[in-house]
Amino acid sequence: MARAFTPKVVTANDLLEGDVIYLTAANTWTRELHAAELITDEAEAQLRLLEAQSQPQIAVGAYLADAKPGEQGPEPTHFREEFRRTGPSNYAHGKQEAKLEATADV
Amino acid sequence: MYKYNDFDSAFLAERNRQFRTQVERRIDGALTEDEFKPLRLMNGLYLQLHAYMLRVAIPYGTLNPNQMRALALLAAKWDKGYGHFTTRQNIQYNWPKLKDVPDMLDALAEVSLHAIQTSGNTIRNVTADHFAGAAADEIEDPRPIAELIRQWSTDHPEFQFMGRKFKIAVSGASNDRAVLKAHDLAVQIVKNDEGEVGYQVLVGGGLGRTPMIGKVLNEFVAADDLLPYIESVISVWNQLGRRDNKYKARIKITVHELGLEKIRELTEERFAQVRPTFGGADQALFQDIQRHFAAPEFRDGGTEGFDAAYDSDPVFRAWADTNLAAHKAPGHAIVTISTKKHGATPGDATAEQMREMADIAEEFAYGELRISHEQNVILPHVHKNDLPAIHARLKAADLATANIGLISDIIACPGMDYCALATARSIPVAQEIATRFEDLKMEHDVGHLQIKISGCINACGHHHVGHIGILGLDRAGVENYQITLGGDATETAAIGTRTGPGFAYDEIVPAVERIVATYLEQRESAEEEFLQTYRRVGMEPFKAALYPASEKKVA
Ligand code: SF4
Repeated sequence: MARAFTPKVVTANDLLEGDVIYLTAANTWTRELHAAELITDEAEAQLRLLEAQSQPQIAVGAYLADAKPGEQGPEPTHFREEFRRTGPSNYAHGKQEAKLEATADV
Repeated sequence: MYKYNDFDSAFLAERNRQFRTQVERRIDGALTEDEFKPLRLMNGLYLQLHAYMLRVAIPYGTLNPNQMRALALLAAKWDKGYGHFTTRQNIQYNWPKLKDVPDMLDALAEVSLHAIQTSGNTIRNVTADHFAGAAADEIEDPRPIAELIRQWSTDHPEFQFMGRKFKIAVSGASNDRAVLKAHDLAVQIVKNDEGEVGYQVLVGGGLGRTPMIGKVLNEFVAADDLLPYIESVISVWNQLGRRDNKYKARIKITVHELGLEKIRELTEERFAQVRPTFGGADQALFQDIQRHFAAPEFRDGGTEGFDAAYDSDPVFRAWADTNLAAHKAPGHAIVTISTKKHGATPGDATAEQMREMADIAEEFAYGELRISHEQNVILPHVHKNDLPAIHARLKAADLATANIGLISDIIACPGMDYCALATARSIPVAQEIATRFEDLKMEHDVGHLQIKISGCINACGHHHVGHIGILGLDRAGVENYQITLGGDATETAAIGTRTGPGFAYDEIVPAVERIVATYLEQRESAEEEFLQTYRRVGMEPFKAALYPASEKKVA
C-alpha cells in the first residue's frame, strides 16, 4: 500500500522583500501560514507547486512543506517551518515583529 | 592600509553598475531567478530563511574608521540596526531588501569595500591573523601578501568557476591565530637559516563534512615565487579536483586521494611553466602594496596612567587581564573588544557600537580596526596610557565584557535562526551557555576554554577545532547536538573527538556544565588549561560524566 500522503503547503520567499510567503487557495500569496491552502492530495500538490513556480515575479524558490491541519489553519510539522513562520530566536525580528506591531495598533 | 587606485575604484563602480541593472532586470521580469541567482551570489547576495542576506568582505579583517562607519550606515539605513561579524572576517546583514542592495554596494564602494567573491566557487576573502602588524610574535606583517593575493584573485578568469570554493589564510606570527591549518591553502611567513624571509605553504586543510588538518606542501617558497607558486597549486587542483561530487571537490580530498607527494610533484611541474609568465610585475606591485601597510609612528612615553588604573580599579584590571595582548612596540597593547556580552548574539554589533568603535579607533588607536575570525573587534595599536579612557568609553557602549578566551567567548554561526542550510540553531545555545556560566560566576576560574558551535555539518562555526565543539543536527525532526572534545585551532591544530550520542536542545547546556565540572575535578592545578587536562586524561572521565547510565550498563 502506498504511504499516506503528508499534507503540504506551498511556500517560497518574496522576490522583493525576501520574506516567507505561502500560496492560498485563491491563488494569491499570504505572509500567514494559517491563511495558506492545506493540500491533501499528492497530484494536486504538484500542480499547485507548478502554479507557484509560474509566478517568478513574486515567489522565489517555491517548494512543498509538510503541514498539518490546526484550529486556525495549517500548522508546521517541522521546526524549520516553525522558525520560518515566526522569525529568529535571538531578536523579535521577522514575522513575529510584524505581529507585535499589529497587536500594538489595537 | 591599502588604498584603492583609480583602476580599483573604476572596476568596483563598473561591477556595481552592472549589478544595479541586473537587479532592475530581475524586478521587471527580464531575468528569471535561474539567471539572476548566480549573478546575485557573485555579489554576495544570498536568500536565507527569513530574508535576503548580504555578505560583505572585510579583506584580511582590516578596517579604517570610515569603513567601520560605512558598515554602521548600512546597518542603520538599510537593515535592522546591526551587523553580524563572521568567522571568515566578513560582515553579514540579515535583512536587506532586494531593491536597496545596489545602494548598499555603492555606499560600500565609497570606502573601498565590496561583496565580490564572498560566494560561489571562487577564491574567497583572504583572511589573516587579526593581530597582523601589531603582534609581538610576528616576523612580518602578512597583510601585504593577503592584499597581493586579493588583487591577483579578484576576477581572475581561470578561477571564477572552479570545482568548489577556495579559502586562503595568511599569518606572519609564530602563534597561529588565523586557523591556518583549516584552510584550503595557507601562507605562513618564516625565516630560513640564512635569515631570509620566505613562505611556508600549507594545503588541504578544511572543516565541514570531512575535516582535515592542513599539511606543509613547501617549507620555504622564496618571496618572488609566492604568487606563481600559489597559482600553480590552485591550477593543479582546479584541473584534477573532482567535479562529480561536491562533497569531494575541495582540495583537502584531492590531497587525501592523490597524496601530498603527488600534489607536490604536479605543483613543481606546473610551477616550471607558470613561473616564467610572471615577469616581475607582481613584485613591483607587491612593493607598492607594502608601502600602504607601513606601521604607524608609535608614540613614546611611560605607562603610569595604565599602571595606576590597573592597581586601583578591579573592573579595569579584570578587563585588562583578559582582553589585552602583547604588542611589538614598547608601551603599547593590542585590545580585543568582545562582542560576546553574556546572553548577546556572538559577533553582532549595533550601528551605534560600530560608530563608537570607529571614533575610539580614530581618537586613540592610530585609526586602525580589525575583525577577528573569533567574531570580535580588535584595536591593534593602543598606547597603554589610553586604556583607562578607552575602557570607560567601551563600558558606556556596552562593549567592555572581560571574557576573551573564556568560556563565554563563543564562536557561533547563524544556524537555523537565519541560515537556509542549517539543521539546528546555534545562537541560542551560545547565549544560554554564556548566561549560565555568568550566573555560576565560574568562568574566570575555568580559564581558557573555547567553545565553537555550528548549526550544520558545513562547520562555519569551526566546531571541529573548538576545545568543546558543538554541532547542531536534525535527528528525526528534532534539534540534536553532538559534542566533540579536544579540538584545537592553533599551530597545534587538532580535530576534536566525538563524545558519543548527541543531546537534545534542553540537555546541551547541562552537558557542557558536566564537561566543565569534570575538567575542574581532573585538572592538576588551576594553571592546567582545559585542553591540557583533556590531553592528559583523555576522553574517559568526560564520557563517564556525560553518559552515566550507559556506563553502568557496560559495567
Ligand atoms: S555551519 Fe551550517 S548553519 Fe552554520 S552558517 Fe554555516 S551553513 Fe549555515
